[in-house]
Amino acid sequence: MTDEVNLSKRRLLIATTAAGGVAAAGAGAPFVLSLMPSERAKAAGAPVEVDLSAIAPGMMISVEWQGKPVWIVHRTQEMLNLLSNHDDRLVDPESSVQQQPPYCNNSYRSIKPEYLVVLGICTHLGCSPTFRPEVSPTDLGKDWPGGWFCPCHGSRFDLAARVYKGVPAPSNLIVPPHKYLSDNRILIGDDSKEAA
Amino acid sequence: MMERLKKLVCWIDERFPLIATYKAHVSEYYAPKNFNFWYFFGSLALLVLVIQIVSGIFLAMNYKPDAMFAFASVEYIMRDVHWGWLLRYIHSTGASMFFVVIYLHMFRSLMYGSYRKPRELLWIIGMIIYLALMGEAFMGYLLPWGQMSFWGAQVIVNLFSSIPYIGHDLAILIRGDFVVSDTTLNRFFALHVIAIPLVLLAIVVAHLVALHEVGSNNPDGIDIKKHKDANGNPLDAVPFHPYYTTKDGVGAVGFLIVFCAIIFFAPEMGGYFLEDNNFVPANPMKTPEHIAPVWYFTPYYAILRAVPPLFGSQFPGVVAMGVATVIFFFLPWLDRGKVRSIRYRGPVYKIFLTLFVISFVGLGWLGLMPATPTYTLISRILAVVYFAFFFLMPWYTKIDKCKPEPDRVTSR
Repeated sequence: MTDEVNLSKRRLLIATTAAGGVAAAGAGAPFVLSLMPSERAKAAGAPVEVDLSAIAPGMMISVEWQGKPVWIVHRTQEMLNLLSNHDDRLVDPESSVQQQPPYCNNSYRSIKPEYLVVLGICTHLGCSPTFRPEVSPTDLGKDWPGGWFCPCHGSRFDLAARVYKGVPAPSNLIVPPHKYLSDNRILIGDDSKEAA
Repeated sequence: MMERLKKLVCWIDERFPLIATYKAHVSEYYAPKNFNFWYFFGSLALLVLVIQIVSGIFLAMNYKPDAMFAFASVEYIMRDVHWGWLLRYIHSTGASMFFVVIYLHMFRSLMYGSYRKPRELLWIIGMIIYLALMGEAFMGYLLPWGQMSFWGAQVIVNLFSSIPYIGHDLAILIRGDFVVSDTTLNRFFALHVIAIPLVLLAIVVAHLVALHEVGSNNPDGIDIKKHKDANGNPLDAVPFHPYYTTKDGVGAVGFLIVFCAIIFFAPEMGGYFLEDNNFVPANPMKTPEHIAPVWYFTPYYAILRAVPPLFGSQFPGVVAMGVATVIFFFLPWLDRGKVRSIRYRGPVYKIFLTLFVISFVGLGWLGLMPATPTYTLISRILAVVYFAFFFLMPWYTKIDKCKPEPDRVTSR
């Protein structure tokens, strides 16, 4: 028995510990990966077809896509006229942040001005804001031109789903990919060129 | 008969340190003789832990962790299972009472400097218990699959998605889906009934072992080990059993009276213990008009809301909330006072502790309220007070004029 360290045994010890560590990490990987969305969860995002003719002017419907609410608003000419009056109070009036597909990169944030299609999930912490289309209600103030109010943390959006300054939500609501199948039918979740 | 029993104990003791363990932790664990009201809450926390585990086991026998059946299975427990309503109300009341007890237990430590050297590690283990308890409560709250369960989980999980770069994927990893869904419910159930309780039990044992290693602090905050009798036991201490088992027994009875009164007369506690909106099944399409976390999270929630978004990100608010919880870990090193107990501290510490309590309770109340501009302003002021208590502590505890500590413990 000597007090000297046996270097070759020490090296073997380090090497086997390292190899064991790698093996343990490798064995841990399946457990972590099992926490990721399953194939079934990934497949659940099938496109949804919606008939627009049932939405009266000024009204909104909510449809489910990928487990999230998608809103479709039939905006009246009056609503559309009000959209350009409050650009100075918005965070991103020009929609320069890509929260919408390129074909919705206009001041209405939609393919056809009268139909807005938008994901009804607040960009703050994921609540679903409340539709408040009326102009100047007492609780939201005189300069409210209609839009959405998030009950969770008070974020405000206009009728093009653009976020106001000074609220918790950092960006405009997301416009999901969608396309028109005919004049009155749209497909949400698929914007490929070929016919569906 | 007694002879046989003695033989059995002897037989065990030769194979397992039964008597030695009992002596070390119960009959010969010497605790200061001047424990007061505030020292009830440690043993009460243990009592609530047992209540939660037992009631939880029986609830799990009828609960279904499936988004299709979860809400209905809770209603089934409430209406059709014999005494199911009692089991559920015990468990839901236990959750809130756990935090009542833990908050009072922590406040005791703030008052008497129980986190100070040599009890730093004891305090840190206690803080880990507190964090584990928050995780346990959060995941448990999703299980009834009501509106508040769903949207509360949605908001809390989205807090993680505001972390730069990795946040989005991290939130997906936590949910196991792109939205809070059946997958999320199922895994939260697994974590709530197996993973976190196991961890909790282990660290509670570690907390007790650490406590019995360094010995309990006392309301005078002085070291009782300076004066020992011939046997080496502190003169100002009494054995835990029978003295404190008896005292804690009285505390347990008092606690159970309150506990039962809540279960039988106000199980929802006016919407604070069980929120009204949670009696509506989860609807991923519609957020309730007003959502707020359960009361024990609201001080932190108010801090989250008080911080405005910076650089187009909510992350600073999330960081502030995280710091507000984690800052407690550093208390042993932030406190530079010459004495431990508030009894011998000067006026400055007393003022700061009072302001801290006001800010904590105030933020807790504001977190339950809708975010109006006035409330947001008050939240911001109180959040500054909250952090001032910690960040200014090295300064104000040092300049504070302390009174001389007594040599032996006092009784009052």
